[in-house]
Amino acid sequence: MTDNKLLEVEHLTMRFGGLVAIDDLSFTANKSEITAIIGPNGAGKTTVFNCLTGFYVPTEGRLTLHANDGPRLLERTEGFRIPRNNGVARTFQNIRLFTGMTVLENLIVAQHNRLMEASAFSIAGLFNLGRYAKAEKEAIEKAKFWLNKVGLYDQADWNAGNLPYGSQRRLEIARAMCTDPSLLCLDEPAAGLNPRESAELNILLQSIRDDQGVGCLLIEHDMSVVMQISDHVIVLDYGRKIADGNPDAVKNDPAVIRAYLGEEEDDELPPEVAADLNVDPNAH
Amino acid sequence: MSSAFASTRTNGSEVVKELAFFAVVALLMSVMILGVETVDRPTGLELAVRWDLVLIAIGSTVVGRFALIMRREGMSRIVQALLITVTAVAVFEMFVRFRDMDDRWASPVVLDMAFGSVLSTVVAIAFVAIVFAIAYFSMKEKGAVEVDESAKLSSKIQLVYRSNTKKIGLVGIIFFIIFPFLFGENRSAIDLATLVMIYIMLGWGLNIVVGLAGLLDLGYVAFYAVGAYSYALLSQNFDLSFWLCLPLAGIFAASFGIILGFPVLRLRGDYLAIVTLGFGEIIRVVLINWYDLTGGPDGISSIERPSFFGLADFSRRVPEGSVAFSDLFGMDYSSMHRLIFLYYLILALALVTNFVTMRLRKLPIGRAWEALREDEIACRSLGINPTNTKLSAFAIGAMFGGFAGAFFATRQGFISPESFTFLESAVILAIVVLGGMGSQIGVVLAAIVMIGFPEMFRELAEYRMLIFGAGIVAIMLWRPRGLLSFRDPTILLNMSQKEKVAGELK
Repeated sequence: MTDNKLLEVEHLTMRFGGLVAIDDLSFTANKSEITAIIGPNGAGKTTVFNCLTGFYVPTEGRLTLHANDGPRLLERTEGFRIPRNNGVARTFQNIRLFTGMTVLENLIVAQHNRLMEASAFSIAGLFNLGRYAKAEKEAIEKAKFWLNKVGLYDQADWNAGNLPYGSQRRLEIARAMCTDPSLLCLDEPAAGLNPRESAELNILLQSIRDDQGVGCLLIEHDMSVVMQISDHVIVLDYGRKIADGNPDAVKNDPAVIRAYLGEEEDDELPPEVAADLNVDPNAH
Repeated sequence: MSSAFASTRTNGSEVVKELAFFAVVALLMSVMILGVETVDRPTGLELAVRWDLVLIAIGSTVVGRFALIMRREGMSRIVQALLITVTAVAVFEMFVRFRDMDDRWASPVVLDMAFGSVLSTVVAIAFVAIVFAIAYFSMKEKGAVEVDESAKLSSKIQLVYRSNTKKIGLVGIIFFIIFPFLFGENRSAIDLATLVMIYIMLGWGLNIVVGLAGLLDLGYVAFYAVGAYSYALLSQNFDLSFWLCLPLAGIFAASFGIILGFPVLRLRGDYLAIVTLGFGEIIRVVLINWYDLTGGPDGISSIERPSFFGLADFSRRVPEGSVAFSDLFGMDYSSMHRLIFLYYLILALALVTNFVTMRLRKLPIGRAWEALREDEIACRSLGINPTNTKLSAFAIGAMFGGFAGAFFATRQGFISPESFTFLESAVILAIVVLGGMGSQIGVVLAAIVMIGFPEMFRELAEYRMLIFGAGIVAIMLWRPRGLLSFRDPTILLNMSQKEKVAGELK
């Protein structure tokens, strides 16, 4: 079990002045598993992501990524080096694509560091020496693979900003995957998708987990996605972990129900919420 | 169309009433301001009445108002535009008379000016055409049919331009290469072409920073100055040749780019612009005040001219131990040789700038610049080092500025801080913005418009600035994002460039 650990978060605390966004949070995420982080708005989910991907430096705590070649301490790594050296990729709650560039260019920019090395920091690339030409061809192949995977091959030459919303979400995932991550952090990937698109997203995420062996960390409000594909759910409320376990255990946890529905005495859920939480895994 | 607007059509007598009203207003306004002037006579100050100016003012008001009435009534755009052009010419006439003419009943100055020489006829026609075109295209008719047509035309032009950029570029290059053969004996033509070429090179250099990396740099002239002073000082103090100093000037300028860039590149947008503006001023102020090294406001004079790649010299009196250029090629001595050589030198430098930029755009570094311009946070999440990427743009842009500076120093033979004021930065930035950020051919066109035209029409004194202004207004109206503001993808998977453009225009 221990060697299956991918990410270990220990006593993570993040304070902004007097506001405690995350309070002594510890959890682990395993390799080739989808770990969902859920919680009401303002619970600190995105802050966890920002700490993991180097946008914030945590006030306290240790973030260990067990990469293939040994553990790495994320909180000591400069922001942009986390995706480069440690293999943590992320997507954003409000999509951040390079809208003026084409879909293919978006995926090639994601492979910047490998290409940069191959172009010998542009000197070899300037004269189009063999090594760079080969690396670029490989980069295009990889981009093609992900274009097919997310079903955007035919739109490869469109400007990313012209894609419909659902395709932009998928492109952002493909772009993150082009950095060859070992941990993929997805910030509300199903937000704004219709039921058919979120079913497609489920298939894509499951394939990333099973075929690529990439561990996923998933923030999501859409319970049909969370309950169906996650192997492990962590529930946050006011920066604290209130539940941790498999989806079935979590959705019946009284603390979770309280966090979502408030401190009501009777334990009866309103029928539509109960239906939401008890989505049949085979529904789609 | 006429039936659609029949209900709003005013009848003739109402139109006349309206025009008469505006004529009276124009009379009241102009008679005191334009119509009365004090004249110094031996007997003392006297009032003179300039009825010519008042008449023109009333006339142009009435004609202009009539154009607006026609627009309101939805009548022919061509006639409207014609009327507005007439108004503009009348106002121009009024302006000229007000400033220089004392004779009240002289024939229209505009006609004298327009038919004075071939050049002025060309300028006059260009002016009238620009005004007419502005009027025509800004008068959107209520029925949208014709507007669609003009949009269709512009997208057709775009399609042709964007799918043939390479060919157009090649034609441009060939034109600039054969230029000295066309105007070989015309000293001022070669001088002007060299000047324009310096600005094209500076524009291309700045285009890397502003157009590709999206970093607003208001102090680009600082790197130009560093290049110029590097060459001047190295050649005066250490007696180094131009060909050795040229790369050194580029390296010095790039180092200054890095030194400036390192602390300030975490700033964004306006803040970065202010800091770079400050840096440009600091360099200039240091150059003025460091008298021992730079000669302060006196500048550095008699800077060495470049030799023919160290093989031959262009002077009439060749110093001991070197060969004259004319002897080397068995020609008669001509002072034009050096000028033409300088022209080809700057052309080569500019083309190197262009090719390096075009190539860098298709390399990871260039794509990272553009990605950084689009979204810095997303770049960080993909493992791109924003600081290094920005620094490389700054340094490479600065390096080309430094090359251009060294060339400037060797061409002028004299430099002083006055050549490196903020105005220069503003002009170079205007060239980049006017050309369309990131567009290489756009920079060429903008440099010709901004530098070439005002110089070419210098004999028209300040009226050229009027035309210049009209041209800038025209560009702002039609192409608010620059003359050629298109981004062409660096790589295409399953479309040709032409299909891509056609798809975008649909």
